[in-house]
Amino acid sequence: MSYLELFKLVVPETILVVAVLVVLAVDLLVMREQPVRYRLLLGGAITCMGCVAAFLWLGGSQLQANFPDGAGLLVVDPLTNLVKQVVLALTVFTVVLSLDSHFTEHVGEYFALLLLATLGMMFLISSEDVLMIFLSLELLSLSLYILTAFNKRNIRSAEAALKYFLFGGMAAAFTLFGLSLLYGLTGATNLHQIADALKGTAVKSHFIDPLLVLALVMVVAGFGFKIAAVPFHLWAPDAYQGAPTPSAALIASGSKVASFFILAKVMMLGFAGVEGSGAWRNFASGWVPLLTVVALGSMVVGNLVAIVQSSVRRLLAYSAIAQGGYMLLAIIAHDPQTFPSLLYYVATYGLTIVGAFGVVAVVEENAGDDHLAAFAGLSRRSPVLSFCMLIFMLSLAGIPPLAGFFGKFYLFTTALNADPQHFGLLWLVLLAIGLSAVSLYYYLMVLKQIYVAEPAAHGPVVAVPFASQVALTLLALGVVVLGCAPSLLLDTFQAAIRLAGS
Amino acid sequence: MLALTIYLTFLGVLVLTLLPRTAVNAARCVALSTAVAGFAVSLGVAAFYNADASAVAMINVPWIKSLGIHYHLEFDGISMTLVLLNGLAAVTGILFSWNIQNRTKEFFAFFLALIGGVYGVFLSFDAFLLFVFYEIAIIPKYFLIAIWGSTRKEYGAMKLVLYSFVGSAMVLVGLIAAYVVAHAQTGVYTFDLNALARVKFPISFQMWAFPLVFVGFGILAGLWPFHTWAPTGHVAAPTAASMLLAGVVMKLGAYGCLRVAMTLFPLGLSRWASPHLGFGSWQDVFAVLAVTGIVYGALVALVQRDFKFVIGYSSVSHMGFVLLGLMTLSLTGLTGAVLQMFSHGIIAGLLFAVVGRMVYDRTHTRDFANLEGMGLSQAIPFAAVTFVIAGVASMGLPGFSGFVAELQVLIGAWSSYPTLTLLCGIGILVGIAYTLRAIQKAFFADTTVAANVSPPLNELAAHSHSHPHALEPISLPERIAAMILIATTLVIGLYPRLLLDFIVPALGSPLFDGLRKGGLQ
Repeated sequence: MSYLELFKLVVPETILVVAVLVVLAVDLLVMREQPVRYRLLLGGAITCMGCVAAFLWLGGSQLQANFPDGAGLLVVDPLTNLVKQVVLALTVFTVVLSLDSHFTEHVGEYFALLLLATLGMMFLISSEDVLMIFLSLELLSLSLYILTAFNKRNIRSAEAALKYFLFGGMAAAFTLFGLSLLYGLTGATNLHQIADALKGTAVKSHFIDPLLVLALVMVVAGFGFKIAAVPFHLWAPDAYQGAPTPSAALIASGSKVASFFILAKVMMLGFAGVEGSGAWRNFASGWVPLLTVVALGSMVVGNLVAIVQSSVRRLLAYSAIAQGGYMLLAIIAHDPQTFPSLLYYVATYGLTIVGAFGVVAVVEENAGDDHLAAFAGLSRRSPVLSFCMLIFMLSLAGIPPLAGFFGKFYLFTTALNADPQHFGLLWLVLLAIGLSAVSLYYYLMVLKQIYVAEPAAHGPVVAVPFASQVALTLLALGVVVLGCAPSLLLDTFQAAIRLAGS
Repeated sequence: MLALTIYLTFLGVLVLTLLPRTAVNAARCVALSTAVAGFAVSLGVAAFYNADASAVAMINVPWIKSLGIHYHLEFDGISMTLVLLNGLAAVTGILFSWNIQNRTKEFFAFFLALIGGVYGVFLSFDAFLLFVFYEIAIIPKYFLIAIWGSTRKEYGAMKLVLYSFVGSAMVLVGLIAAYVVAHAQTGVYTFDLNALARVKFPISFQMWAFPLVFVGFGILAGLWPFHTWAPTGHVAAPTAASMLLAGVVMKLGAYGCLRVAMTLFPLGLSRWASPHLGFGSWQDVFAVLAVTGIVYGALVALVQRDFKFVIGYSSVSHMGFVLLGLMTLSLTGLTGAVLQMFSHGIIAGLLFAVVGRMVYDRTHTRDFANLEGMGLSQAIPFAAVTFVIAGVASMGLPGFSGFVAELQVLIGAWSSYPTLTLLCGIGILVGIAYTLRAIQKAFFADTTVAANVSPPLNELAAHSHSHPHALEPISLPERIAAMILIATTLVIGLYPRLLLDFIVPALGSPLFDGLRKGGLQ
């Protein structure tokens, strides 16, 4: 493959890199003396243009390749293109929400890091080679650590970043250790080759090599950290609370999409043949029971701890942990429906959570903090904002006809459909649906403040910045439309998966 | 045509949300005209509805193609009956909330959203669509109660919503399981109720899926011991919402039990290989629970001090008849159950309207000890008369709809459960007792006695007795709405064939084939 062809494959990534350089140069060289407001607008515009250009390129691209020669360092097919588009769209919304923020004067660096994080996600999505996966994960993680710490005036931001960084560093070490064990066992770094090598040993002996088990545990620990699954979730509430809102939104949305996609790929491609079983009273060793335990813990801890939160950001963090638990169900099912159901769920979840963080940001800007009491009587101070929050919260709780409902429905159907004879995962699905009833309680606590509680002593009308207003309305509309017509997104995913599979 | 009810109602919601906040009268008029339009449509369709055995399909288009989910609206006689009930409840509920001052337009928007969801449930013949509408109906209830309610409103609202949601979660598991198993058997993904009812699910599967879905819907129908949301929710809710809750929402549960649980999993009702704890089948279990609800609800209603709690518990008791009727598995019993859904919807609506709107909104108390001293039969005679009529109807006196319905249930139950039927007799007797007690305490208490018994209220009693007309008179919308409800229960009581002609053929439709083979006579 010539360099030109390779270049064609990475055009979207290249566009982002160019955008990084441009935004840095423009801000540092030209806009230095201008008011922050204009710098934010210009930087945001450049970032958005970069993302949109990459998005459009991906939309028009028919390329399909596996570089180099099937080794999986860079996989380009309709599916990865689509997931990249989702990530880019989420980044654009994050950028729009940061246009009215006041947490930093380092505008150029901020947008550059945002773009670098997105770049990390895109490479992550494109890789089927554990080395490449690790490198992209590090690019993503390092950018996110800095983004979390970006509010230098807020001590919580620094604390959150430090916690995130220390946990993340540990997790990366675990992952690397696991991957190196895996390489030792199989002599390969490509996911397909790893699976082939593992299949040979597993089928021969009907028993899993203890070293492989160790490698599996390490890999799951590393990815578990990335998706904030229990017991690797401790950083999440602090990061969600301390980080500047747009950074938190990116951690919760785009980074989740990419991480879940690659986790599903690693597990289902790389460890094909050593699934084991997570059926009720019928556990068999492999990666499925591992993920089952992690999913179980995430759903239980996330939902129960969220109940007692008084800070909305922390509430969203614990709810994110719980939602991560639901999403793991799709991977546990490891069935042809896994990818469409997981991607639909995580994409719509990303839209919803970016919106929710957008509303929190506006309220915080007006009230000074993100406590539940700050939302009191919001429906009379800003009806449109409140209505958006109503949609986001109900979608997260899984109320039809919103996107969150169909996502949950499809996820649970996938989990049951994997084994229609014995319903091995029925216990997990029952638990998940039961706990999603619990989750309605805390989502309603937020809505109760907004719609039921009286506004605090003639609270002022909440001023919603124009850009945020537009972005939030679009997001809410997206959640409603995708909920009423799930086929719009679902058919695209299914078509892409079919094409990528062939 | 009947699908218009759904669209019109949601259109009303949309118009209401776009109205300015200050346009109170416009909001009322929009709400009322929406409700009336919906009711008129359903009346019109009912008038021309030729109730043969087949259901009338309205629309059936693919919605989510890859999963075999259809947007499928259809109706049969049972849906028709309940759609009429919902239309009536909507119109009268709005008339009874004419005096809402606080956030009027939002109130009516939530109210109509609830109504629209309920229409949707009654008209859906795709299990997924039915579930979607079922859940749409949950959320407005929370806001209606938490914002405009009284007496521990936030607690009552949250309890009600969580109970409903847990119930619907159980239903969802059952539906997904049925969908997956049906695909494994037939190779087709479908949620169509008619198609699913034709699938022969393995009996071992039906044995756990049936109770799961039945209890899931049963929670909303006030199935004992999952009924505890009902009294607190009814009491906390504003008048129109209690009317809807008792009148229509509890019917959603019962309708789901009949339309989904019993038609999809008829074998779940067959006898177990060996009896457990004296029960031979799920049919026995739920019949006993239903009768427990009848007797328990009545006994608890007998000792309440709060006027509204009496009605709240009486709802639990009367819904027990619906569930007992379902569990008879006989044509008479099922007919009675559906008729009881309609009848109780009307009567409970009327009772709640008197307690919540006519009495509580004027006196600001529902405590019998306070009401006893007020001489309400003289202060608001219209309320007293209405309540006596509603009470008599609720006792099951011949001539009112409750009599026809409960009699049919009892006849149906007699052949399968003679002992339980006798126990129901106790429930009915206690029902007469608590109704008479409520009538006496609230309206016809001897004020001088009351004054002697409770000295602290002396002053209040003397005050209201000397000014019996100090209370605001019963307004025109209230009178109209009360008249509509009284007329309905009388008409159905005197000429039940109006509805029986809808219900009986519907129960003979192919949808109930499985149930018929499983024991329906």
